[in-house]
Amino acid sequence: MELYKGTVHELHQQLVSKKISAVELTNAMYDRIGAVDDQVKAYLTLDKQGALAQAAKVDAKIAAGEAIKPLAGIPGAIKDNICIKGLKTTCSSKILANYEAIYDAHVIENLKADETIFLGKTNMDEFAMGSTTETSYFQTTHNPWDLSKVPGGSSGGSAAAIAAGEAIWSLGSDTGGSIRQPASFNGIVGIKPTYGRVSRYGCVAFASSLDQIGPITRDVTDAAIVLNTICGLDKHDSTSLPVDVPDFTKALRQDVKGLRIGLPKEFYGAGLDPKVDAELKKAVEIYRQMGAEIVDISLPSTEYAVITYYIIAPAEASANLARYDGVRYGYRASNATSAPEMTTRSRTEGFGPEVRRRIMLGTYVLSSGYYDAYYKKAMQVRTLIRREYDEAFKKCDVLLTPTSPVPAYKIDSQMDPLAIYLLDVCTIPVNLAGLPGISVPCGFADGMPVGMQLIGKPLDEETVLRAAYTFEQATNFHTQLAPIGGKK
Amino acid sequence: MKVTEKDVKYIAQLSRLAVAESEMQKFTEQFNQILNYADILQKINTEGVEPTAHVLPINNVLRADEALPGVTNAEALKNAPAVHNGGFKVPRVIE
Amino acid sequence: MRQNYITVVGLEVHAELKTKSKAFCSCSTAFGSEPNTHVCPVCLGMPGALPVLNKQVVEFAIRAGLALNCTINKFSKFDRKNYFYPDLAKNYQISQFDQPICEHGRVEVLVDGKKKTIGITRIHMEEDAGKLVHSGATISTSDSSDVDYNRAGVPLIEIVSEPDMRSAEEARAYMEQLKAILEYTDVCDCKMEEGSIRCDANISIMPEGAKEFGTRAEIKNLNSFRALVRAVDYEVARQAEILDDGGHIVQETRTWDDINGVTLSMRSKEEAQDYRYFPEPDLVPVVLDDAWIDRVKSELPELPAARKERLVAAGIPEESATLIVTTKEMADYYDAGAKQTKDVKGLANWILGDVSAYLNNNAITIDKFKVSPEHLAGLVDLIGKGVLSSKLAKKVFAEMVKDDEAPQALVKKLGLEQVSDAGAIGKIVDEVLAKNPQSVADFKAGKDRAIGFLVGQVMKASHGKANPGMVNKMLKEKMQ
Ligand SMILES: [Mg+2]
Ligand SMILES: [Zn+2]
Repeated sequence: MELYKGTVHELHQQLVSKKISAVELTNAMYDRIGAVDDQVKAYLTLDKQGALAQAAKVDAKIAAGEAIKPLAGIPGAIKDNICIKGLKTTCSSKILANYEAIYDAHVIENLKADETIFLGKTNMDEFAMGSTTETSYFQTTHNPWDLSKVPGGSSGGSAAAIAAGEAIWSLGSDTGGSIRQPASFNGIVGIKPTYGRVSRYGCVAFASSLDQIGPITRDVTDAAIVLNTICGLDKHDSTSLPVDVPDFTKALRQDVKGLRIGLPKEFYGAGLDPKVDAELKKAVEIYRQMGAEIVDISLPSTEYAVITYYIIAPAEASANLARYDGVRYGYRASNATSAPEMTTRSRTEGFGPEVRRRIMLGTYVLSSGYYDAYYKKAMQVRTLIRREYDEAFKKCDVLLTPTSPVPAYKIDSQMDPLAIYLLDVCTIPVNLAGLPGISVPCGFADGMPVGMQLIGKPLDEETVLRAAYTFEQATNFHTQLAPIGGKK
Repeated sequence: MKVTEKDVKYIAQLSRLAVAESEMQKFTEQFNQILNYADILQKINTEGVEPTAHVLPINNVLRADEALPGVTNAEALKNAPAVHNGGFKVPRVIE
Repeated sequence: MRQNYITVVGLEVHAELKTKSKAFCSCSTAFGSEPNTHVCPVCLGMPGALPVLNKQVVEFAIRAGLALNCTINKFSKFDRKNYFYPDLAKNYQISQFDQPICEHGRVEVLVDGKKKTIGITRIHMEEDAGKLVHSGATISTSDSSDVDYNRAGVPLIEIVSEPDMRSAEEARAYMEQLKAILEYTDVCDCKMEEGSIRCDANISIMPEGAKEFGTRAEIKNLNSFRALVRAVDYEVARQAEILDDGGHIVQETRTWDDINGVTLSMRSKEEAQDYRYFPEPDLVPVVLDDAWIDRVKSELPELPAARKERLVAAGIPEESATLIVTTKEMADYYDAGAKQTKDVKGLANWILGDVSAYLNNNAITIDKFKVSPEHLAGLVDLIGKGVLSSKLAKKVFAEMVKDDEAPQALVKKLGLEQVSDAGAIGKIVDEVLAKNPQSVADFKAGKDRAIGFLVGQVMKASHGKANPGMVNKMLKEKMQ
């Protein structure tokens, strides 16, 4: 088997048993990237020199008989909104096109400590605003299952890289579904941890109360391995939770006997593609056969989640993106005669239309006279949504929903912004409530992958992982590889 | 129409953004489409409901008052579009 | 003024807290370093950086709140105040909006011998902005500016008063009292020239008998007590003229131009000012319990009011005591001196007299004054013991200010010991009496004034060293 098709846990075994070297593996990954990335366009930046240097260090350690961490020497890819010192961090925006990070994100520090390898930085929707990776200033990433289709977003580059064999594992960030939805569009695994599980320090903020970094991987085991490294308290992030991090790989048992799986009816109504629905029904049946208890649940405020999110997230973003003013870093418009003019022109020329739309929407809902009707109201509805999840979790242990109501669609579909926003309906409530959620492949619709979302109680990633692992072991969706080039 | 082109201009100014005349109509329409949709929130009774600013159950995350070195002047200015005398040079501040 | 108007002033005072590190990052707060050398990703507003609150900021805010008789809120949170300005790295300021840490305080001030209570609406925690260094002389004549973020993120408390002041003098007295309290509590070093305490004034006027306040102007950039007083007076006159002419006041932000002594409209700068406050999602709330508040209360130092009472009880006249406790440095100087002498009144007089005159003439504050309080107390005692006349004491003092030499040593070095030897004085008295028969005759004829002249002659002949009491006594004896 080609090395690029491997998983973290398989390749780790091959490294420690000296069947392969980290340098060999890393070179194989760059060969694969060289072969397919002009079609997929997952990467914005490659750091071959840095990656090979790190690989050589790991090889030396293995040769010296020292123990290595599960991620050591395993090449991964990082979404381009997570800072790696000395590398560009563009957020796929013109405004940060030449910005070089001056510090490491907390997750990067953790990953470096475990001696992993960073192949490069991946494409995304500009400032993570989008669900297709089409809002990137630099390029559109293509879905490795069908190059005419979107990879999802905003972590589209990180997801496509895994599906196309251009990285073994990757990191995405998820504000309203940006890890889980592209994972589902690419037939792979993506997990958004509980809000506060992973430090946000060094992840360029979109909406601070919703953003969370998480892994995108080929299988559930790899997701648990990456989570083990990136989770944990960080003194630089006031919103990082002071709780112990369990060994998530210990949760990977094939066992759902007696597990109460809730099906919230609001996620299975109008708007759900019947082909997606059919795949989910099969998944539920598999769980039932394995001894899970299926529970009917209602989350009536689900219909309000999307607009609640599209008030709160732009509001926070309008402040988070105010710092891009052309003063300290990033794009500066030339020949301005005053600082205000320089800032206005830099921002207008530096941000794409979707980012400008959201900044203005956020500014509007916070402005005097509208705060109570929009922003405060949305924060109150957020409370109601959280309460409904609290209630639901008295009746079940996990919730099972589609990740996206539709599979990946055509690039350049020319949908209205609102129509695109409404497709985030399955993933958004999870961010609003701060819960852990995973997307695992559960079938295909017209040859495109379909994802199943499992949502857990706060800090109960273990149950989510166990349920996902059990399903994965009982099915073979995760072993199917994307036919790059659109061939089925 | 909830939002007029005049409102869009005002919001753009607050956001330090400019909306070109050619984009104005489309922008205003999209704005209204989203805000009209937001009206579904108005039918929800939220009286007495605490707003959620964040979902965390934690307070008092504090650090000790200890001064530590930050970054060097060179690192601080590394990405600056224009520098002068160790500072970030900007055009005249008043319009 | 054709009408009589009532002046209404409220102050917003920003005080930099005396922490070692910034409010939300660990950068040093040291003043006066090279530009952009106390900076990090957080205070530079680098993408992805996040704030973490300095515990000492909370401690100081509680301390200031208790000293200003505020209610300390058990729950408070931070908000973002959004506006664009190049010195504001994130283009929002982390501040507190609707749930500040302290509310409902008050301070007592003394104006023209009358006590008055000024209400404090709230105290909140926030961060300072950076500094603009202009290429030209002023911001409006500069083609470019250089931004320095060393001050960005330095912690501030903003103390907002009620509109309780009715004159420039009351505003000044309030500001002085506030400054004293912040100094006493060691929360702020209150160096106005370094901008560590700054003041904005909301000023309005209303016709006598009116029920509602007039429209107010907010005056920024008041960086000295003098500027505050002048700006209030100027603004009151400006507003009165407008009202007298049948105009109306525009609610606006104005800046104080200290050189020309006028306030100027800043309307161009504040167009479309809508701060869009919302809860800061990167910080969690501050929740205080009684134990915490009580502990800070127990650590509160003696405040100016209590200090003044103590001085008055020790025999210092109220007016002098009020002046001494105005600054903590002077009060501490007094206290250190008072440990060394019983003549505290004499000490107070010296501090408020010669010492203050010297400080004024040399434009320094008492912390830069060379004479130690111990030595000043020593000087006071030398006068009390009759070793020095007050005239000679001034001579000694003039030497002491140079190198803080001990007064006893200086008296010897300068040969200024007062002569109290009866033999020596008697000899001079005899000579003076012999030379001035007319004065002796006058005295004997009952003209008491003549003795003054004779004493003067003896003092002159002794080069001021003769003990004046003994001279007086001896002259009278010899002329009997
Ligand atoms: Mg303020
Ligand atoms: Zn800093």
